[in-house]
Amino acid sequence: MSMLELSLYILDIAQNSISAGASIIEISVDEDTGSDLIIINISDNGCGMTEQQASRVDDPFYTTRTTRRVGLGIPLFRLAAEQAGGKLTVKSRPGRGTSVTASFVRSHVNCLPLGDISGTLAALIRLNPNLDFCYRQSLDGNSFSLDTKELRRVLDGVPLDNSEVVSWIAGYVNEQIELLSGEGNAKPGQNDLK
Amino acid sequence: MKTLAELQAIRDKARMQMKMRGDNREAVRVVVGMATCGISAGARPVLNAFVNEIEKRHLENVVVTQTGCIGMCQFEPIVEVMAPGKEKVTYAKVTADKVARIVAEHLVNGNPVMEYTIGNVMK
Ligand SMILES: Nc1ncnc2c1ncn2[C@@H]1O[C@H](COP(=O)(O)OP(=O)(O)OP(=O)(O)O)[C@@H](O)[C@H]1O
Ligand SMILES: [Mg+2]
Repeated sequence: MSMLELSLYILDIAQNSISAGASIIEISVDEDTGSDLIIINISDNGCGMTEQQASRVDDPFYTTRTTRRVGLGIPLFRLAAEQAGGKLTVKSRPGRGTSVTASFVRSHVNCLPLGDISGTLAALIRLNPNLDFCYRQSLDGNSFSLDTKELRRVLDGVPLDNSEVVSWIAGYVNEQIELLSGEGNAKPGQNDLK
Repeated sequence: MKTLAELQAIRDKARMQMKMRGDNREAVRVVVGMATCGISAGARPVLNAFVNEIEKRHLENVVVTQTGCIGMCQFEPIVEVMAPGKEKVTYAKVTADKVARIVAEHLVNGNPVMEYTIGNVMK
């Protein structure tokens, strides 16, 4: 079992946050050509894990050695990072939340493409219109963000899973990613939503 | 360029539509498996295809939701359709290009696409 886009791992790790009862999920993707790294972080305010639990999910071999069902999500994300010269860390505090960070060497042959990030955000928002998602992406210090909490203020009671709203969000994210990668003329953030 | 003005217009239009709709109808539920097994097998495009197709056909009493792993990972992406008063129908190895037919035949006309159900896919 493997996935071909980093955005699919992000969707999967965010599912853990949803299962953990989080109400706010923050996702960031920071790419830097100088250090040749992509750093992905998924943080939530869900139930968290004890130190002992967190050390277990971090161990990719734990899954195969026990009869108890331990999931594949974190071990697979960890494997994707390690195969691209990076690593994965899980920080968690019971009752507070969890933060999963994975790094990837950008130029590594095994570094997966980010892929359809707007598809991931659309799926998350459609399925969880009552949760708040904050997405931030940067390239060499230029960044954009999309925060459903801010959109909610504009939408004033109209749900986030309204299909035109979801299309707007996906379109906005795609545009901003294009601007970041320099395919447009304008600078990202010019269309700042704040 | 996507602007906030555009989002505000979407909001105002949605408000009008919400007023016209009664939402006390019993809904058909489309449940997509979104655990690691589902996602790695292709659940994301399937989910987004369902939502787009349902929207295109203006089906208002259908809700799309998610579930975790139901223990049949090799048949993911799995989609269950639950209509009130009818038996649950489980589709296996669903792909985005199967979605239009499931929506048209099952959600619109009430006839499950037997060919795509887990019983047939297992054969
Ligand atoms: N964000 C989180 N908050 C709280 N607990 C978490 C979080 N992420 C993971 N866990 C714990 O770690 C376990 C393993 O996570 P992992 O994603 O590897 O597998 P899973 O979610 O159980 O199953 P799968 O991902 O295969 O569908 C989870 O079952 C959960 O107990
Ligand atoms: Mg998981």
